[in-house]
Amino acid sequence: MGSSSSNMNHIPDAEELMQETGFSSAHLLRLYERFEFLDREKRGELSPDDFEAVGRLALNPIGGRIIGAFFSQGQETVDFASFVRILAHFRPADTNRRDGAPQDPANSQTRKLKFAFQLYDQDGDGMISRVELLQVLRAMMGIQVTEEQLQSIAERAIQEADLDRDDAISFDEFKKSLEKVNIDHKMSIRFLR
Amino acid sequence: MELFFNPFDNLICILLGISFTVWFTLLLVFIIVPAIFGVSFGIRRLYMKTLLKIFEWATLRIERGAKENNHPLVKPYSNAIIAKEPTSLEEEIKEIRRSGSNRDLDSASEFEMSDIFYFARRGVESIMDDEVTKRFSAEELESWNLMTRSNNNFHYISLRLTVLWGLGLLIRYGFLLPLRMKNFLSEKVHLMCYRICVRALTAIITYHDSENKPKNGGICVANHTSPIDVIILASDGCYAMVGQIHGGLMGVIQRSMVKACPHVWFERSEVKDRHLVAKRLSDHVEDKSKLPILIFPEGTCINNTSVMMFKKGSFEIGASVYPVAIKYDPRFGDAFWNSSKFGMVNYLLRMMSSWAIVCSVWYLPPMSREEGEDAAQFANRVKAAIARQGGLVDLLWDGGLKRGKVKDTFKEEQQKLYSKMLVGTQEDRSRS
Repeated sequence: MGSSSSNMNHIPDAEELMQETGFSSAHLLRLYERFEFLDREKRGELSPDDFEAVGRLALNPIGGRIIGAFFSQGQETVDFASFVRILAHFRPADTNRRDGAPQDPANSQTRKLKFAFQLYDQDGDGMISRVELLQVLRAMMGIQVTEEQLQSIAERAIQEADLDRDDAISFDEFKKSLEKVNIDHKMSIRFLR
Repeated sequence: MELFFNPFDNLICILLGISFTVWFTLLLVFIIVPAIFGVSFGIRRLYMKTLLKIFEWATLRIERGAKENNHPLVKPYSNAIIAKEPTSLEEEIKEIRRSGSNRDLDSASEFEMSDIFYFARRGVESIMDDEVTKRFSAEELESWNLMTRSNNNFHYISLRLTVLWGLGLLIRYGFLLPLRMKNFLSEKVHLMCYRICVRALTAIITYHDSENKPKNGGICVANHTSPIDVIILASDGCYAMVGQIHGGLMGVIQRSMVKACPHVWFERSEVKDRHLVAKRLSDHVEDKSKLPILIFPEGTCINNTSVMMFKKGSFEIGASVYPVAIKYDPRFGDAFWNSSKFGMVNYLLRMMSSWAIVCSVWYLPPMSREEGEDAAQFANRVKAAIARQGGLVDLLWDGGLKRGKVKDTFKEEQQKLYSKMLVGTQEDRSRS
């Protein structure tokens, strides 16, 4: 394995992070090893380049947007705490309320939806405009579809979801259109052991 | 008082003298002479069996000790951190939609806002853990082989275990290592030299299907895990090597090898000039008196759990290819060399102080490029054969990924899959 650190002492603020994100110490450790692995130049923080080196991510049509989600506040690098906070969105929901767990945990349904919403809403104005929708569709389908097809798909999607007819989809409308989807199941990543 | 010491001294001297002589004779008889004649005693296999038994006992001991002390056993970064669903893009998206709507969506031809969940999740999954990077971390072992390197759980569990570990350390560094150092540096006739190395590393190699051994004028192609691959193959036959010139110790070794047989060494910059390389290689194979060329087409060391994409250069030359599969048994020592992490000397030290190197070599029947097959397809065919034989996973990934990024063309695959779902292909549309 070649990992140099194998205990919690190397992780800054481990206790707080565990409280905040709900990861167990074993999971946090694994994520820290992963973080160290991605951090090729051993700077203690990740830059977009480090993410881009992940092969499978480059395969992903919205890979760039996902990377963007880690740097959403306009920072240029992300440290371990921020890394873990974002990943916490994908934790499966807790079956029973833990004591001391934050009121609005990172992996709540709403926060998961918010994460997905932000993938669409790149300018962060709280609305998915027609243009933004078209951009996502274009990213997901590449050159395989024509402009007209793209337009018609976007048109249909907005008509379905946009309830107040302002030609954009707000977060509440987004939430409403997905109310029957099993969000926890589809936006969660299970750890082994 | 003096009288008392004298005989004692003498005795010690005599004892020492005898033990040295005995040791030397043993060395000679059991290592060098058989090496010359290619004969083998069953000693190494016995050694292997004994070691295995000891390892099992040690692992059980650790696990028991951990339970008693309530230490959480940190299971190593082994096969995966997260559970990946093996469903395809289409299946998953349909499933997401089905749960989100009452409509009958077998046609699945309409975009839904929830489609993005699939891509988002896959993307974050790959950030947490992905296939390629797994390939490059040294394979973890479930049972501990008494070397701290391969296990992070070593705490002071019991006196007996510590003693055993200490003893193991003593034996490895005090006995096996100097023995091997000496043997490793000797320079003799080509085959004998390699055979000594093989014995020195306590390498237990099983050769399968030797009737398929590469012949002159052919190209031998094998999967690559460590520089020891070379020693292993070369101790069973003469090859001309092709490779990149390394600096340092490796370079010295390479230069001395050239004196024994005609090899083909390249500068890394020359390697980029594919035509030059191809020309030199084809010149060599055409001369039927020259030894078969040994090539490792993956281009880098892989950790011996899978076979990566072969670079097609060696397959363009047109000679017949003799594939060879090499598989190491990881229980005795991890042969994988991560060249971006460890230097050569460090690696050699580790290798020589491992318990043993146990591996199997399969010689596969020769293959040639067929009609209508291009070099890349031929390369893939050979790769699949090697992977199948060695029980390794056949991956499409480029070995160069260990260092660089992935090309943009790969995104197209996913895009194609997704758009096909929504709008169908060109042919579908023109027909309807």
